[in-house]
Amino acid sequence: MKNIFLFIRRYLSFLSFLLLQVMAIVMLSSASKTHQSFFATAANEVTGGINKQYSGFRDYFALKETNRLLAEENVRLRNMLASNFVSPNTDKELYVDTLVKDTLGRSRKFTWLPAKVVGNSYALQNNFITVERGSNQGVTKGMAAVSSAGIVGVVVETSPNFSKIMSLIHRSSKVSAMLKKDNNTGSLEWDGTDPGFLTLRNVTKGAKVAKGDSVITSNYSANFPPKLLIGTVAEISSESSSNFYTLKIRTATNFFSLQYVYLIENVRYAEQVQLETNTSKIP
Amino acid sequence: MSSLLKNMIRFVVFILFQVYILNQVPPLHQFLVPYLYFLYILWLPFTINRFWLLIISFLFGLSLDYFTGTYGLHAAPCVLIAYIRPFLLNLLIPQETTEQSYIEPSHKSMGWAPYALYVGILSFVHHFYLVLIEWLQFGNFVYFIGKVAGTTAISLLMIFLAEMLFNRNSRYRSS
Repeated sequence: MKNIFLFIRRYLSFLSFLLLQVMAIVMLSSASKTHQSFFATAANEVTGGINKQYSGFRDYFALKETNRLLAEENVRLRNMLASNFVSPNTDKELYVDTLVKDTLGRSRKFTWLPAKVVGNSYALQNNFITVERGSNQGVTKGMAAVSSAGIVGVVVETSPNFSKIMSLIHRSSKVSAMLKKDNNTGSLEWDGTDPGFLTLRNVTKGAKVAKGDSVITSNYSANFPPKLLIGTVAEISSESSSNFYTLKIRTATNFFSLQYVYLIENVRYAEQVQLETNTSKIP
Repeated sequence: MSSLLKNMIRFVVFILFQVYILNQVPPLHQFLVPYLYFLYILWLPFTINRFWLLIISFLFGLSLDYFTGTYGLHAAPCVLIAYIRPFLLNLLIPQETTEQSYIEPSHKSMGWAPYALYVGILSFVHHFYLVLIEWLQFGNFVYFIGKVAGTTAISLLMIFLAEMLFNRNSRYRSS
């Protein structure tokens, strides 16, 4: 017994080195599990608070750009107003209101919430965005995040007043996307090199794709509403050994200057995900 | 200013500098990531207890991880260089004279050549281990070698600038 204590005392620094190393590696490899723990949530509130102070300074420098983006978006939305179109039959007017069901019996599937960006990283391999809107304000895991220019990411972690978004430029990010021209779908990833470009894999060689084509979110995604802009095709590479194109996509969103994002909730998200995981168990 | 207070202020300043200035720099190239925060561990006093050195380094790395959202990624290399540091210092400095007259490692207390070797080895080890952990999750070999070399080079450049800018007051200890 005495020898054991002597041994521990003699090699105290080496043993504590090993212990701390193992702790760090375990934390790293089970990162997604620790997200749920209380400790991580508390720290998220603290770092979120500091991030908020910092972004208060930076906002003033970005006001001009934010205004421009909002004005552009207003123009786009105004162009879609029903009053811009002449309907063939003028004895009936349509109103689309924010109720769960509208007068035509269509039910609402997506609800949109604005959120202010208080933390943003883009220089690392695993990039996250922190926004000031948390579970108290109706954010849940799995909600999609969209900027006024294009899609941004998916909510992976929430605390009472902040939430963390896994950015599209994160090495484990995966989004279902399709070409606007002929609806051929593929899987959107990031190769970790340039934050201005994403990779779209598994697009069939039957697709008629050209440089500059728009890429939009597909109908298959549970998080994202269909047909939101992701970016444009910048480069087409095809390997003769496979039946698929790998496309390089220039992002529509500018990840360096995010100020506000919209969080989109799919009302039927839980139902869809549950059904899909159930069916995947069937061999 | 006492050594304890000075190091507590440094702790906060290094973390905030890394998170809000260096991590905000738009990427110049995929191999060049500016890292300076680990200089805090290199500047800790000579006399610090080995056990506490490890604990402080772990907490230091972890607090950076909470900002970047990668729990453990920076803590592991910090603990590694904190463990190597005392062995390296024993090799590089004449024990009796330096440790009794100077507080912490600097080019004044150790001389330019041993100090450059000390900083060079520890930053290489730090980046090698950091990129290795990343690389096991994803990436290819060219990426690994290139990123270690590029990141070490830019870190050494910034450490050199920091030494030139901040003339650390490495006065003789009064006792």
